[in-house]
Amino acid sequence: MTQIVMLAITGTILMITAISFPFLTIERLGLRQQASVIDTVLAYSDGLMVPLSLAMAALIVILPLTRLAAILYTVAPMALGHRPARGAAQAFRLAEHLKPWAMAEVFLVGVAVALVKVSGLATLSIGPSFWAFAGLVVITVLKDNYMSSLIIWKTLEARRIT
Amino acid sequence: MENAGSAPHYLTAREAGLVSCTTCGRVHPAGDEICLRCGAALASRDTQSLQKVWAWWLAGIIAFVPANTYPMLRTATLGKETESTLLGGIVQLLDYGSVGIAAIVFFASIVIPASKFVAIAYLALGVGRPSRISTHRRHQIYEVVEFVGRWSMIDVFVVAILTALVQLGSAASIHPGIAAVSFAVSVAFTMLSAQSFDPRLIWDADKDHPA
Repeated sequence: MTQIVMLAITGTILMITAISFPFLTIERLGLRQQASVIDTVLAYSDGLMVPLSLAMAALIVILPLTRLAAILYTVAPMALGHRPARGAAQAFRLAEHLKPWAMAEVFLVGVAVALVKVSGLATLSIGPSFWAFAGLVVITVLKDNYMSSLIIWKTLEARRIT
Repeated sequence: MENAGSAPHYLTAREAGLVSCTTCGRVHPAGDEICLRCGAALASRDTQSLQKVWAWWLAGIIAFVPANTYPMLRTATLGKETESTLLGGIVQLLDYGSVGIAAIVFFASIVIPASKFVAIAYLALGVGRPSRISTHRRHQIYEVVEFVGRWSMIDVFVVAILTALVQLGSAASIHPGIAAVSFAVSVAFTMLSAQSFDPRLIWDADKDHPA
């Protein structure tokens, strides 16, 4: 339980770092361009594609953060030995349902593909938030490995009755 | 495969007069409507499952067509504008010599979506009639389909990153094409289609038609 809490907190910090710093920088013929995760989300923001921009924001940033928050809310009180917080079952159910829709790791593979495509066109350098994002993906995988939802459900049930 | 001929008998919750929660796995007496452990709605079988599956499936296929025919990217380099489709992008990667990456994109954006359509249709059609493939194997197919679906989003993310990054005025700039939207929509619809499928229906089919 404590491990899950620690990993979830680390994940949240990394996500905030990943959003706030530049992600990638490219240079060609003396022109420079920086892109952050937010710019990537806004890439579809002209005309017809605005809904896709919102969907991207949800898939890459909002849903992973919501999941982390919901898991923290459920697990943290139990890790400290308290009774589960009010609505913990709902929160954890939300986290379980969002699992397929939080696509941070898919995004990272997308970045790798994009790097290869751009490398023929211009020189590019990787910013701090790229590493934060990579770390976030590793943390997410570790957390999902440590976390057994069955055990969490059982603990929730046992702690609630007493 | 020790018993390839006759499937082993296992008891389903429904036969035992119970209903299981699809979210947390707790079993309740049949007739209960709310899970006592996690509060999710209970149903022994989702009776409208197949209807939802086919609706999302059809919507996904419809969106998949423009996703492959319309341009995914518009690249302008020194005044010269080129458009590339999904397949065009993969060919371009091959030209750069990155066979591995090209393979990943090819699998994620063409092989996985196409085989998902086939797999979901196969599972949905298989409900209610006997099948040559064992129920266990069909459950495995379902798990794979559900797991793999989200990886198809790769190409949508690639287009977004390229668009955000490559805005170097007249030297080079990239804009997304309409296919990016239809592709994202298609992937979302197929994921919903897979999620609407109630895998417990697979067991019923064989129970009603003993081999």
